[in-house]
Amino acid sequence: MNLLDIVLAIPLLGFFVLLLVPRAAEDAIRKMALGFSLVAFAASLGLAFQYETIRPGEQFVTDIVWIASPNIHYHVSLDGLSLWLLILATFLTPVCILISWKSIQTRSKEFFAFMLLLEFGLTGVFAAQDLFLFYVFWEVSLVPMYFLIGIWGHDRRIYAALKFFLYTFAASVLMLTAIIYLYNHTGTFNYPEILAQLSSGKLAFSPSQQMLLFLAFFLAFAVKVPIFPLHTWLPDAHGEAPTAGSVMLASVMLKMGTYGLARFCLPMFPSAARACAPWIVVLAIIGIIYGALVAMVQPNMKKLVAYSSVSHLGFVVLGIFSFTQNGMDGAVYQMLGHGISTGALFVLVGVLYERRHSLEIADYGGVAAAAPWLSTAFMITMLASIGLPTLSNFVGEFLVLQGSARTNFYWTAFASIGVILSACYMLWLYQRVFYGETPAEVRHHIFDLQPREWAAIAPLILMMVWMGMYSQSFLPAVRRTTARILEQTQVNVQIRVQAPPAATQVVAHAR
Amino acid sequence: MPVNFSPAGVEYIRFLPEIVLIVAGTLLMVLDVILRKQARGIYGHLSILALAAAMAAAVFASGWPGDAFSGMLIVDGFATFFRVVVIGVGILTVLSSYHFLEREGAETGEFHALLLFSVAGQCIMVSANELIMIFIGLEISSISSYVLAGYLRDDKRANEAALKYFLLGSFATAFFLYGVAVVYGMTGSTYLTAIHTVLSGGPTAPAPIFIDVAVALMFVGLGFKVSGAPFQIWAPDVYQGAPTPVSAFLTTGPKAAAFAIFLRIFMTAFAPIARDWYPLVWASALLSMTIGNFAALTQSNVKRLLGYSSIAHAGYVLVALAAHSQIGTSAAMFYLAAYAFMNIGAFAVVSHLSGKGERFLSVDDFAGLAVRQPGTAALLSIFLMSLIGVPLTGGFFGKFYIFKAALSSHLVWLTVLGLLNSAVAAYYYLRILVAMYMREPGEAAAELEPLPIGLRAALVIPALGTLFLGIFPSWVLDFAVKSAALVR
Repeated sequence: MNLLDIVLAIPLLGFFVLLLVPRAAEDAIRKMALGFSLVAFAASLGLAFQYETIRPGEQFVTDIVWIASPNIHYHVSLDGLSLWLLILATFLTPVCILISWKSIQTRSKEFFAFMLLLEFGLTGVFAAQDLFLFYVFWEVSLVPMYFLIGIWGHDRRIYAALKFFLYTFAASVLMLTAIIYLYNHTGTFNYPEILAQLSSGKLAFSPSQQMLLFLAFFLAFAVKVPIFPLHTWLPDAHGEAPTAGSVMLASVMLKMGTYGLARFCLPMFPSAARACAPWIVVLAIIGIIYGALVAMVQPNMKKLVAYSSVSHLGFVVLGIFSFTQNGMDGAVYQMLGHGISTGALFVLVGVLYERRHSLEIADYGGVAAAAPWLSTAFMITMLASIGLPTLSNFVGEFLVLQGSARTNFYWTAFASIGVILSACYMLWLYQRVFYGETPAEVRHHIFDLQPREWAAIAPLILMMVWMGMYSQSFLPAVRRTTARILEQTQVNVQIRVQAPPAATQVVAHAR
Repeated sequence: MPVNFSPAGVEYIRFLPEIVLIVAGTLLMVLDVILRKQARGIYGHLSILALAAAMAAAVFASGWPGDAFSGMLIVDGFATFFRVVVIGVGILTVLSSYHFLEREGAETGEFHALLLFSVAGQCIMVSANELIMIFIGLEISSISSYVLAGYLRDDKRANEAALKYFLLGSFATAFFLYGVAVVYGMTGSTYLTAIHTVLSGGPTAPAPIFIDVAVALMFVGLGFKVSGAPFQIWAPDVYQGAPTPVSAFLTTGPKAAAFAIFLRIFMTAFAPIARDWYPLVWASALLSMTIGNFAALTQSNVKRLLGYSSIAHAGYVLVALAAHSQIGTSAAMFYLAAYAFMNIGAFAVVSHLSGKGERFLSVDDFAGLAVRQPGTAALLSIFLMSLIGVPLTGGFFGKFYIFKAALSSHLVWLTVLGLLNSAVAAYYYLRILVAMYMREPGEAAAELEPLPIGLRAALVIPALGTLFLGIFPSWVLDFAVKSAALVR
C-alpha cells in the first residue's frame, strides 16, 4: 500500500464514517468532512513531492487482483498527466466544503458524504490503469454528482440532474462495449499491457475496427468535455447545481473527458485519431467561438461561466488533437488553469448568490462599492480566465495556440477569436455587476468576503498567480508524459501503416 | 434405457430438497386445518424452517453429484446453483410476506404451503434432465403460482391477474408439451443427452425442418414462462395485480427456474442445432429489452413499472442465451442470482410503502421518502442502482458479463443495442430516485410505520447480496463458470 492508495482511500473512509454519524450533529459532520478532505489533500501533496519528474512512466504503482476471472485488477498509478489532475481534485474538494458551510442547510449529512464520494470517484478516474476499474470510477463519480445537482440545486434541478445522468450514462455504455471488445481481443484490462501489445504488433486492428473503437471511446469523452454539439447538458447542469457542484463539475469532471482523450484515444487508436483530427478540431473551434458568443448574451451569471467552459475546453481539445508537444502541454496546462480559474469564478458567483439570492446579472450593479475585496478577487479571477499574461490560463492557451499553429495555422487564427471574445464577455460581465450605480438591494445585501470565504478563495488566487508566473513547477512532469504519449501515437501509427511482417522484423533485429 | 424400479439410497439424497419441501408443504396444509386461527404467526416460521432445511439439503446433495431415478433427475453444479437461488428466493419471499399477510389479514398455512410447493416444483425443474420431468416440475410450480397470484380473493386486480396468468400460462404449457411430443417423435427419446446424441448427426438424425418446429413450439412455451417478448403481454398485468410479495416471487423464482430449463434444454439437447435457434433468441432478446424498457418509461404505477422492467431484464438474460456459449450460460446464471436479489429488495420496499390494501403505488407516493425514512430510501437506491447497472452492484457486473459473453460470440449489434437499452432504462429507475430524494413528501403521504423485522431482513439481505455480487463477484461467478458445462 503506497501513498496513492492512501489518497484514494481517505475520501472513501470519510464517506463511510460520515454515514455513521447521526444526522443531527451537523456541525461535526461539516468539520469531519473538511478534515477528511484536508488530510486527503495533504497526502496528495506528498505525491507531488515524491513524484520523480525525470521518469515519464507510471509511478506509485499498485497492481493487485480484484476479480480473477475475468482478469480484473485494482491497478492504479500516476504519471505527469494524471498527477496534477488528481491533486486538482483533492485541492478543490476542501474548497467546496468550505463554501458549502452555510449555504447547505438541508440534509447536510448526505451532502458532505456525497462530496467525499465524489472525490473518491474523481481521484480514482485519474489513477486507474485498468480499463474496467476506470469505467467503475467513471460511473461511480456520476452518482454523487447526480444527487448533488438534483437535491441541492436551483429551480430546474431535477431536469438538469436527469439530463446530466442520462447523457453521460448513454455515452459511456458505448465505451463499455469498446472496453469489453478490447478485453476479448487482448485478454486483459491492463492498460499499459494493452499498449505494449499494440506497439509490439501483437494486437492490431483493421482501420474500420480501429475507427469504431475510437469513436466509441471518443463519444463517451466528448459528452463529458463537452465538445460541440454534445454540450447541451452542461449549461443546465452547471446552472442548476449548487455552488460546490458547479465547481467540481467544471473544474474536475469536465477534465475527465479531456483526460480520457489524451490518455486512451490517442495512444490506443492513433491512426483513427489522426484521421478524425480535422473534424474534431473544427468542432473544437466551433465550440470555442460558439461558447464565447453564447456566453456573451447570457443574462444568468452561472450560465455565462458555464458557456465560457465550453469555450475554454475547446482549446484543450484543439491542443490534444494538434499532435504537437506544445499543443499537448498546453492542453494539460489549460485543464489545470481552467480548473482553478473557473472553479474560482463559480465560488465567487456562489458568494454573490448567497448574499443577493439571484444569479441574474440585471439584479446587480456597483458591487465594487459595497464589497471591494470581493470585487478585487473577482477581478483577478476574471483576468485569469481571460488569459492575461502572468495568470494561469495564459500559459495554457498560448501553448495550445502555438502548437496548433504548427499543425495548421488557420486553426490558430480562428481559435484566437475565442481569446478576444472571452475578454469581451468577461469584462462586460464585470462591468455590469461591479461598476455603475449601486441599487439599494445590492447595498443592503452585499457585504465583503468573510474569513471562511477568504480561506476558500485565497488559495485559488494564489494558484492562479503561481501557475501564471512559474509554470516550471508543473510543466516538466507534464512534458515528459505528453512526449511519451506522442511517441506512442507515432510508434503505433508506423506499425499500423507499414505493417512489417514478423519475419522482416526478426531479420532487422538480427542485424 | 436403464430400468431400475427400486432407487438406491443415494438417489433419495439427490432428491432430498424436493422431499423436504413437499413434506413440509403438506404438513402446513394439515396444520392449517388443525390450528385454525390460534397461532397464525407460526406458519411463516415453519415455512422458513422448511426452506432452510431444503437449502441445507440442496447443499448436502451437491456432495453426491450424479443422476437419480433412471437419469430423470440430475444433481450437478448447475442444478445446485439454481436450487440455492430458488430456495433463497422462497426464504426472502416469506420474510417479506410476514408483514404483508398480517396487514391484509390473510395469514394462512395455505399461502406458505403453496409457496413451498411452487419452490419444490422449481427445484424439480432445475434438476430435471428429461423432458417429462421438466414438464412435471413446470406444472407443479406454475399451478401453485397461479393460485398465489390470486391469493387475495376479494381483490379484483388479483383475480384478474390469476385468471390471465392461468389461461395464458396453460396455453403456453400446452405449446411446450406439444414441442416435447414432436421431439419425442423425431428423436425417440425424452432424455436431454439422448436427444443431443441423435441431433448431433448420424443416420437417425431427423430432418431439420421438423426438429425446428419442435424447437419453435418449446420456445413459445418457455418464452412465455420467462416473460420474453413477444410472449410478454400477460406479465405487466399479473405483476401489477398479484400481491406484492407474490409479484416479487414470480419475477424471480419461477423465472429463474424457467431460465434454468431454457438453458438446460437449449444448451444440452438442442446444442447441435444452435445455429437454427439462436436467431430466434436474438430477436426475442432485442424485442424484450426494447418493449420492456420503452413501455416502462411512461408507467406511473411502480409495480407495473417493475413488471415491465422485469420483461427487459428477461431480455438481458436472453442475450446471454443468444450467445449460446458456456460463458453465456454462466453469465445468465450470475445475472439471475443478482436479479433475484435486487428485484426482491425493490418489491419489498414497494410492499412496505403501499400500505393496507396496496393503495400507495404511484411514483409520486415515493416523494420525499429520503426524508421520511432515509434508511429505506438508501436501500431502495442500492436496488435501483443495481437495476440501472451502476458499477459496484451485482446488476452491473451481471450485465457486464452478459455483454462480454455476447461480444465473445460476435453479437456486436445485440450488445450495442442492449447497452443502449440499459441507458434508456436508467430514466425510469431514476424517476423513482428523483421522487425519493428530490421531491418533498406529498401532503397525502401516510405516516410510515417503522420497518418490521421480517421486511428489514428481506431488505438488508438482498442489499448486502447485491453489493457483494458487485464487489466480489468471483465467488459466485467461479461456481457458475464451473457448472456451466452442461453436456456430460
